[in-house]
Amino acid sequence: MSVDDRMVPHKPAVIAPGHTSATVSDQIGEIVFRKTPRWWYFAFGGSFVLVMLLLMALTKLLVEGTGIWGLNNPVGWGFAIINFVWWIGIGHAGTLISAILLLLRQEWRTSINRFAEAMTLFAVACAGLYPLIHVGRPWLAYWLLPYPNTMGMWPQFRSPLVWDVFAVSTYATVSLLFWYVGLIPDLATLRDRSRSPLKQKIYGMLAMGWRGSAAHWHNYETAYLLLAGLATPLVVSVHTVVSFDFAVGQLPGWHATIFPPYFVAGAIFAGFAMVLTLAIPLRAVFNLHDFITIRHIQNMCKVMLATGLIVAYGYLVEIFMAWYSGHWLEQFMILNRITGPYRYHWWALILCNILVVQLLWIRRVRTNPVTAWIIAMFVNVGMWLERFVIVVTSLHRDFLPSSWGMYSGTFWDWATFIGSIGLFLALLFLFLRFLPMISIFEMRTILPKGESKS
Amino acid sequence: MEYARKVGLYGLIAEFDTSDRLIHAAEQTRADGYRKLDAYTPYPIEEVSEALGHHGSRLPLLVLIGGILGALGGFGLQYWVSVIAYPLNIGGRPLNSWIAFVPVTFESTVLLAALAAVLGMLALNGLPKPYHPVFNAERFALASRDRYFLCIEAEDEKFDREATESFLQGLDPIGVYEVEN
Repeated sequence: MSVDDRMVPHKPAVIAPGHTSATVSDQIGEIVFRKTPRWWYFAFGGSFVLVMLLLMALTKLLVEGTGIWGLNNPVGWGFAIINFVWWIGIGHAGTLISAILLLLRQEWRTSINRFAEAMTLFAVACAGLYPLIHVGRPWLAYWLLPYPNTMGMWPQFRSPLVWDVFAVSTYATVSLLFWYVGLIPDLATLRDRSRSPLKQKIYGMLAMGWRGSAAHWHNYETAYLLLAGLATPLVVSVHTVVSFDFAVGQLPGWHATIFPPYFVAGAIFAGFAMVLTLAIPLRAVFNLHDFITIRHIQNMCKVMLATGLIVAYGYLVEIFMAWYSGHWLEQFMILNRITGPYRYHWWALILCNILVVQLLWIRRVRTNPVTAWIIAMFVNVGMWLERFVIVVTSLHRDFLPSSWGMYSGTFWDWATFIGSIGLFLALLFLFLRFLPMISIFEMRTILPKGESKS
Repeated sequence: MEYARKVGLYGLIAEFDTSDRLIHAAEQTRADGYRKLDAYTPYPIEEVSEALGHHGSRLPLLVLIGGILGALGGFGLQYWVSVIAYPLNIGGRPLNSWIAFVPVTFESTVLLAALAAVLGMLALNGLPKPYHPVFNAERFALASRDRYFLCIEAEDEKFDREATESFLQGLDPIGVYEVEN
C-alpha cells in the first residue's frame, strides 16, 4: 500500500472532508428514521418472493425427501454442499474486515465493517440451512450434538463432519456477539435520536441502557479487541475445517494438503467480492459517497486481487501435484476436470477467478465502481463454479467405470439455491431499514478531530 | 451530601463541546479532590478514562478463565465420549486420539472465551440497566451524538450544591445542569 500511496499525489480520504461528529451521526442515523424509500419496497418484495420459493422448495423436500434433488450414485454430494461452502466463504470477509483489519489498524475498515458483519451473519444463516436439510431428516439434526440419549450413542469426534458442526455453530455465535457488541453504542444513538416512543422503547431495550460512560467505554474497548483477537483465528479455523470435509476423504481431487490455505484464501476472495457487490449499489442509493469512498473500493479490489492470486496458486498446485505424485488416478482426475464432460465449468471458473481478476492490476479499473462491481460479479460466479468443480468432478468418475455417472441440479436444487439468495437479500434489506449500516461511533473516532485526540 | 439526598439530587453534570475541554475538566476535577464522577462521551477516548483513573480491566482475566474452561471442557468431553462412554476400536488405533480432538477443543475454547468477553463486559458495566438518573439531565441525549459530559455525583464527600456548581462553571462548559434521581 505504501508504494502506491507515494505514487498517488492525492490519496482519496476514508471520509470526505468537512464532517463532524454531529454530521456523521445525523447522516447515518437519519437513514433509519427517514420515510421508507419506494425502491426499498420493490427490493424487499422481490427478495421476499424468492424467500417464498425457498419455503416451497423446503416443503417439497420435507414431504418427498432428498430424491427431489439431482443427487445420485456416484455423486452423493451436490448443490447442498456446494452452496454451503459458497455461503460460508462469503461470510468470511465480514469477520476479516471487522476483526483482522481492526487488529492491523486499517482505519478504512470502519465504514464497511458493520454491513460486512451483517452480511456474515446472513450468509452463515444461509450456509447453515444446507447441512441441516442435507441430513435428510432435519427434525433429527440435533443428533449431531453430543447429548446423553436413550440410544446410548455419542458423536464420532474423529470425523471432520462433527468438527464442522462445532466450527460453524461457534462461528455463527461469535459473529452474532461481535456484531451485537458493535451495535450497542449505535443503538443508544438511535434511542436518543428517535422521536417516536415505540422506537425509543425498542432501541432503548436493545441498547441495554448504554450511556457512553468513560468507565464503560474502557471495558467495552477491551472486550471489542479481545473479540477481534478471538475471531481472527476462528475465521481461519472455520474454512480450514470446511476444507477438511474434503481433504480427509481419500478421493482424488479432495485428498490434498493445499486445501486448507487455499480454501481460506478462496473464502476471503469470495467474501470481498460479495462486499463489493453490495457496497457499490448501496453507496449509490443511500448517497454514502462521503463514507464509502473510492479508497475503500480500491482497497477491497486489492485484497481481492491478492487472495485471487493465492487461489490461482492453489489451482496450479493441484495440477502440479497430480503430475508430481505420479499417481494415475490423480492424473486422470485433473485431465478429466480440464478436458472431461465438465470442462466448460472448469474453464469458466479459470476465466472468472483468474483471468478477469487480473484486470484489477490497472488502477483505472479498480477505482471505477462500475468495473469493480462487474469483476466482483465474475468472482461470485467463479467461486460457485469452483465448489461445483471440486465436488462434482471428483465424484462423478468413480474408481470403476461401471460406476461412472453425471450430475446436474434439478429445478428444486436451483429453487433452494436461488431461494437462499432471496433469504440473504431479504434479511439484508431489513437490516438496512432498521439498523445503522455504518458504525456511527467508530466513524466518530476516525474524524480528523477525534484522531488527533486519541 | 445530606442536603443532596433529601432533594433527590443525583449530581451535577457539565456539558462540553470538545473532547479537549472534557479531558482538561476531568483532570481538574480529579485534582480538586472529587472521586465520584463519570464522563460520558459519544466514542471511546482513552485520555478521559485515564484522567478519571480507570486503569486496567478485569475483563482479560475473565476471558482467560472462559478460554481455559472451554479448552478443558471441550477436550474433556471428547476424551470422556471416545475413551469412557462410547469406545470404538477402529483398526486398533488408540482411543485417546488427541490429534483428532484439536479442532473441537479449539472451537470450544474460542466459544467460551467470546461468551466470557461479551457477558463479562456487560456484567462489569452493570448492563443491561433500564433506568439511570443521568438520563434525566436535559440535553443528555446529545452524549450519543457530539457532546461530552462530566457528572459529579452528590454521593461524593466533597460535593456541595453551590461550590461544585461554580467549580464546574469555571471549567469552560456549555452549561451545568442538575441531575435528579
